[in-house]
Amino acid sequence: MTDIVIKDVDFGYSEDRIVLHDINLEIHEPGLYCIIGPNGVGKSTMVKCVSKIIEPLRGQVLLDGEDVAKMHHKDVAKKVGFVPAFSQDAFSMSVINTILIGRYNHQKWGSRQKDLEMVYKTMKLLHIENLGMRNYNALSAGQHQKVSIARGLVQEPAVLILDEPTANLDVKYQVYVMEMLRAIAIEKGMVIMTICHDLNITAKYAHQVIMLARPGRIHAVGPPDEVLTEENIREVYGINCRIVRDEEMDIPYIILGSAIMGAAEDYRNPSNGAPAPSFTLPLIYGEGVYPSNINANIQYIVWIQIVWGISPFINTFKNTRKDCLYR
Amino acid sequence: MTDNTIENDRILSSDVVSSVKEWSSDLSGDSGFSETVKTFNSSIKFKVLFILASVAIIIIATSYAVTVGALSIGFLEVYEIIFDHLTGNITSSFDYIVWNVRLPRVVAGIIGGAGLAVCGAIMQSVLKNPMADPYTTGVSSGAMFGATIGMTLGFAAALGDNSVVILAFIFSLVPTLVIAGMSKFANTTPTTVIMAGIGIMYIFNAFTTVLMLNADSSDLNRIFYWQTGSLSLINGWSSIPVMFVLVAAGLVISMFLSGKLNVLATGDDSAKALGINADRMRLICLVLVGLVSASIVSYTGLIGFVGLVCPHIVRMFIGADNRYLIPAVALFGGALMLIADVIGKVVISPSVLPVGVVMSFIGGPVFLWMVLRRSDKAW
Repeated sequence: MTDIVIKDVDFGYSEDRIVLHDINLEIHEPGLYCIIGPNGVGKSTMVKCVSKIIEPLRGQVLLDGEDVAKMHHKDVAKKVGFVPAFSQDAFSMSVINTILIGRYNHQKWGSRQKDLEMVYKTMKLLHIENLGMRNYNALSAGQHQKVSIARGLVQEPAVLILDEPTANLDVKYQVYVMEMLRAIAIEKGMVIMTICHDLNITAKYAHQVIMLARPGRIHAVGPPDEVLTEENIREVYGINCRIVRDEEMDIPYIILGSAIMGAAEDYRNPSNGAPAPSFTLPLIYGEGVYPSNINANIQYIVWIQIVWGISPFINTFKNTRKDCLYR
Repeated sequence: MTDNTIENDRILSSDVVSSVKEWSSDLSGDSGFSETVKTFNSSIKFKVLFILASVAIIIIATSYAVTVGALSIGFLEVYEIIFDHLTGNITSSFDYIVWNVRLPRVVAGIIGGAGLAVCGAIMQSVLKNPMADPYTTGVSSGAMFGATIGMTLGFAAALGDNSVVILAFIFSLVPTLVIAGMSKFANTTPTTVIMAGIGIMYIFNAFTTVLMLNADSSDLNRIFYWQTGSLSLINGWSSIPVMFVLVAAGLVISMFLSGKLNVLATGDDSAKALGINADRMRLICLVLVGLVSASIVSYTGLIGFVGLVCPHIVRMFIGADNRYLIPAVALFGGALMLIADVIGKVVISPSVLPVGVVMSFIGGPVFLWMVLRRSDKAW
């Protein structure tokens, strides 16, 4: 069992493009952790920080008390496995070979019996044992997904992170995969983190739910009963819903209502609230030259005139060059 | 929260529990497993067989290649002469022709073919692009510029007979250096590398064109010949050592890296998650390819086709597993280059068709046929 502590983490591609701000999260117990939240909120970014695929701007990610930033990729890989949301190999190998790559940190040159055994067992677990010698790129999207999940499982890491493991899977396998992940987390004492979009599947199978909200922050953490409330879902996703109780299983069941199509999505910078950068033409004469209500429109007209104005010169220049060439 | 076991978890169904139990326990007496292992092992056997077949082709083609020429020498006689020469017991009057004229060319063909083919395989794998070849980063345009300087600006006085080789080698390293320098400021993703390669290529080509505009026609002829690439440019044994050392070192290193290349091929994110620094790995491979291809190209001129197509042909036979692909591609590339050179010497004898042209003439249609015939998507 590996402890994960995320401490004051900010992540961004630069100071004015912060994606995640002030993320604090502690995971001390094995189980299935589902990360939910609207598109573009930073779910994938957060889990990629844990597996050192990207490094945070500020703050620390600690694995068993050790700072990930100071660890070698290889040492992180021994603890944390990662299954990306989408993978298409340019040159694909057979399914067995593709899954065997997950054993990279366990194997030497050539593949030993034990690796093959693990691969076969995992293929059987996901019911793809008949695809063994098929070419990876010849498979369907759902089968790709199963192969990717298998590749993550054969790594036998203490922490397994899956970016949308149920994408492309049919209903049966969405349920099966999540249930299987919950069972594996308990059986092996692993921390399994998944990014998930289906609230009902999350409500049923997650031990803990981590809910992210715009702009880039953690809204709530806790068991599904506490996090998946009508209020939270309305606030975070902007959708009305009703929550009823599934008496038989004793789990919340979410009935989605209408979407609240109010203001535009909030893409402000989460650390200082600055508006998202957008493209604007530079001001030509400066503020206050025109009456404020037509200011912006005039700007565009002036720009158009400038381009129009220099175009004859460009043409003349082009013609002169042609003359030189053909003379 | 998880102090329970999967048996008494209230949510899990019995099917899932038994599946996971079976997964986490040892495998015992599963007929499906032995079946799977059998097919897996036979696929490996096929790969090894392909490699051995390539070795056999090289050995046969070598002796045949030495027999071909203005003066015909017997097939077995060739080995006799080589053996005699190695034991210092020179008896045949053909010794000079075999040892000093024909063998260097054959050896250069094998080394060059092997090196370029391996470089191509690495580039395609690292850049995840079936169109990549050893020249994608601009090695060829740099070498071309260097060679053009050597041929037009009269460096022969300063650098001796090898001026073209030396200049081509120096300038063919420039694009790799530029990309390595670039990696300090930006991530070397496949797209940036390919784009930068295109940019560098245009710059060098512009310089080359300027030099060619002022060159006289005999120089232009030489430049054109160099641009097609030919083993006729090999100048006895003196051309071999540098090429041999770099290609051999490159082969050994790429064999060591082959497992990592497989991981890298699954995408940058999952490669990093498996403990490989994808950007650094890619850079190492680019530098390796730059050095190896520069060492070949500066002696033989720009030989195309092997680097681009040979890896594809081999992949069609044995799949994309780099641990087998790289040795197989090296041997197959060597054999292909050698055979193409022999054909080039025979078809319009006594003149010689450059090896790149022959390969494209024969290999192009064959490759096209293989691509069209293929139903499962290897790439």
